[in-house]
Amino acid sequence: MSAATDTSPASAVARDAGAHPRREGTGLWTTVRALLRKELLVELRTLESVPGMSLFALSTFVVFHFALNRGSVEGDLAAGILWVTLLFAAILGVNRLFVADAEQGGFDGFLLAPVDRSAMLFAKALTLLAYLVVLELIAVPAFSILLLGPPIGPALGGLVATLALADIGVAVIGTLVGALAVQTRARDLLGPLLALPLFVPIVIGAARATEPLLVGAHTGTPGARWLATLGVYDLLFGLIAYALFDFLLED
Amino acid sequence: MSFPAEPAALECTGLVRRYGEREALSGVDLTLGRGRTLVVFGPNGAGKTTLLRVLATLLRPHAGTVRVLGSTIPEEDWAVRGRVGFVAHEPLLYRELTARENLRFHARLHAVGEERVGELLDVVGLARRADEPLRTLSRGMVQRAAVARAVLHEPELLLLDEPYANLDPAGIELLAPLIGAESERTRVVCSHDPGGGLGEADLVLGLRGGRPALLAEAGAVSAEEIAELYR
Repeated sequence: MSAATDTSPASAVARDAGAHPRREGTGLWTTVRALLRKELLVELRTLESVPGMSLFALSTFVVFHFALNRGSVEGDLAAGILWVTLLFAAILGVNRLFVADAEQGGFDGFLLAPVDRSAMLFAKALTLLAYLVVLELIAVPAFSILLLGPPIGPALGGLVATLALADIGVAVIGTLVGALAVQTRARDLLGPLLALPLFVPIVIGAARATEPLLVGAHTGTPGARWLATLGVYDLLFGLIAYALFDFLLED
Repeated sequence: MSFPAEPAALECTGLVRRYGEREALSGVDLTLGRGRTLVVFGPNGAGKTTLLRVLATLLRPHAGTVRVLGSTIPEEDWAVRGRVGFVAHEPLLYRELTARENLRFHARLHAVGEERVGELLDVVGLARRADEPLRTLSRGMVQRAAVARAVLHEPELLLLDEPYANLDPAGIELLAPLIGAESERTRVVCSHDPGGGLGEADLVLGLRGGRPALLAEAGAVSAEEIAELYR
């Protein structure tokens, strides 16, 4: 079959050229802000992620409280319980991070826009970071009440620094894994399977950094070596995510 | 005095697109001039939606060449995004957000002023229910919002996948100036309605099993030939 050719009327060409100049699109951070605003608005309306993550963490602390059959924990055990619980709760958020986009065509709407696609990486990572902060505002005091022996007050400064570094890593890796898993039919299984091994260095670094903060006579400072390890890991995965993310959104 | 020839709005040569082993599109050749309308007919699974998604830069062609608005796909798809308006089967809108919030979000992505959002909500007859979550609206109303999203940035090329699905006659009349022949934009329309589709076509493409079974000027095609595609 030969191709039919439909020649364009000059008037239509002139109209198109005059009325529709090529657009430059939106700047990266304007796009990030627009995406972040949309993410938080959707979460506020649906309450699908943060309440689930928080309830999971609280339930886990209660389970540990009874399973360990002790009044309180401290030191390495306390740090291990805290970080394993936070990371499992984070996985619930990772699994939901891209669901609305995949199910409601948000990916296509975004991909049709003349914007830097890295904006979605930044926006999703910031969204997950916000979820983690809210989770920790609920989970850490609950942990202190339900399980922790020593008072948490003197440890708070070091704990916040450790939480911040660990959260950045979880947010970046979670975004990368979430974007990959959501493209598959087995996303609920694949997300945790991919995320957990990548979270192991974060658990190790964060638990070791937190351990001296959660003993009776704590030193008041987290392990600097472990904080540095967390920082390097964040940087490494930040670069990997930045390099790979566009490809994950491609067909 | 002579002018350099304007590139066609769409040029496909030997276009192939596969899903795994299956060829969803195979050997599609067509050229569409600017400001004209191509109507694509074909039964379910014929490759109509795949063709639109390739032209929208959402799917990569696996063979052949595709040029959209003068840019080669996928190498220059960045130059095409933002110049195309796509009405898909799905509205590409978030159900939990209102029509206004959805359009504002897309307006920001396309660097379009927010006054255009209010203007369009009026035009598509959604102003009164613009602040209700999309999930509470009827499918026809959601389709109006989807059309508003697609034309928000005044695209040069409209890719319309059964755009009047779920719409009542009043809705069709409201949207015609935006996406109908009156819009005077280059359009590719997928349709199952031989009478209505032929009425607005300049060029007709019939697909069957991903292959072009018919490609001709609209004036040379009868409704019976279109109906034959579905047998």
